[in-house]
Amino acid sequence: MENIIEIKNADLHYNDFKALKNINMNIPKHEITALIGPSGCGKSTLLKSINRMNDLVEGCKIEGEFLLEGKNIYQDYDVNILRKEVGMVFQKPNPFPMSVYDNVAYGPRTHGIRKKKDLDDIVEDALNKAAIWEELKDRLKKSALGLSGGQQQRLCIARALAVKPKVLLMDEPTSALDPISTLKIEELAEELKKEYTIANVTHNMKQAARISDTTAFFLLGEMIECNQTTEIFSHPRNNKTEEYITGRFG
Amino acid sequence: MRELFIKQLEELNKSLHQMGILIQDAIHNAIEALKTMDKEKAKEIIDADSIIDHKEKEIESACLHLLLQQTPVAGDLRRVSSALKMVTDMERIGDHAADISEIVLILNKIEYQDILDCLMKMAETTTKMLDKCMNAYLSEDLKLADQVADMDDIVDNLFVEVKHAIANAVVMDKENGEQVLDLLMIAKYFERIGDHAENISEWVVFSITGVHKDERVI
Repeated sequence: MENIIEIKNADLHYNDFKALKNINMNIPKHEITALIGPSGCGKSTLLKSINRMNDLVEGCKIEGEFLLEGKNIYQDYDVNILRKEVGMVFQKPNPFPMSVYDNVAYGPRTHGIRKKKDLDDIVEDALNKAAIWEELKDRLKKSALGLSGGQQQRLCIARALAVKPKVLLMDEPTSALDPISTLKIEELAEELKKEYTIANVTHNMKQAARISDTTAFFLLGEMIECNQTTEIFSHPRNNKTEEYITGRFG
Repeated sequence: MRELFIKQLEELNKSLHQMGILIQDAIHNAIEALKTMDKEKAKEIIDADSIIDHKEKEIESACLHLLLQQTPVAGDLRRVSSALKMVTDMERIGDHAADISEIVLILNKIEYQDILDCLMKMAETTTKMLDKCMNAYLSEDLKLADQVADMDDIVDNLFVEVKHAIANAVVMDKENGEQVLDLLMIAKYFERIGDHAENISEWVVFSITGVHKDERVI
């Protein structure tokens, strides 16, 4: 099993507050990795660190190594290139206030693709991969803001896919969606892992159990346990993991 | 939410405990009925089997509701799923106690004290096996659950002993052929009860460790 992301001895401080404590974990290629834990445990902080979303956060200090395909995310990558390689989907769908087409074409355009035919192909391909082409192919010029929440989230996934990333980070991607839209995103994630690697922060234990291959449990900035999802949800090694997943706290 | 779940789990444990007592009583009463040729008692056991059947349905329903409403994981999932498996064997034990009682209804005086002694030992051992199973499940005591398999060997040996005694009886006493065959049936029912008790203990081990008969099921 090849690891696309390796995190070694990672500490993260927000001023005096230590949000991540000596994290060591790998994210396997072409798998879905779920990051679970109670609010404030550091899982979203870790996800954002993989995409350097903390760069502009005042007082944020990161130590240790974050490697993408063996290269240091903080030293060997230009942040724009990094974010092309590592896409991000947020909790609340955040389409740009522009057409469906322009939302998806936005990334490729910023990376210099100008030809209409090329952009058309990229938009169709990305919307197809996000399982929303059939729903939107006749509404490409309409505003993305008129879509339902579930459609907006899949559009945001398409927008992230349009720049052909290697890794897709999802921060509670379905927490604002209805059950049908959630199911569509989950099925989509299952399909996408054939081509991409997905890291998914979720509060939804059932979702983690359903779709992820690996699950990492975080508590108070520490990674308590990381193992195959079936192991975590059937035989957690650590008592704190068992207490959390069985709802004894959190 | 967890409080409700704990309450539901406690209710499940209580029902399992009650069913455990019902089947232990059924075995105890069946051997008493055989010993004393108490046909009234035998009829009561046969009638009471429906209570055991009902208890099985009640526990199955409770388990399915727990799975539906609480979607348990880890140790919780193992407890609920093993309870669901255990009740099937428990219900079969109830059936066998009724089967033994059916034979009591057609038997008259037992001529063979040595065979009766063996059957009494089988009843006593299987009752103890069930007691250990229930206590092991409720107190998550792996050691106790592991003892049950060894006890099934005792029951199996007693069955072999009964078989030999019956073979002798057939040779020595051609008059009571039908009675010895009935006694052999009873011995076989007790032997099966031992097997079911061992099955239950294996699910108790699974509920504690996740391992069922040396294999990881989940």
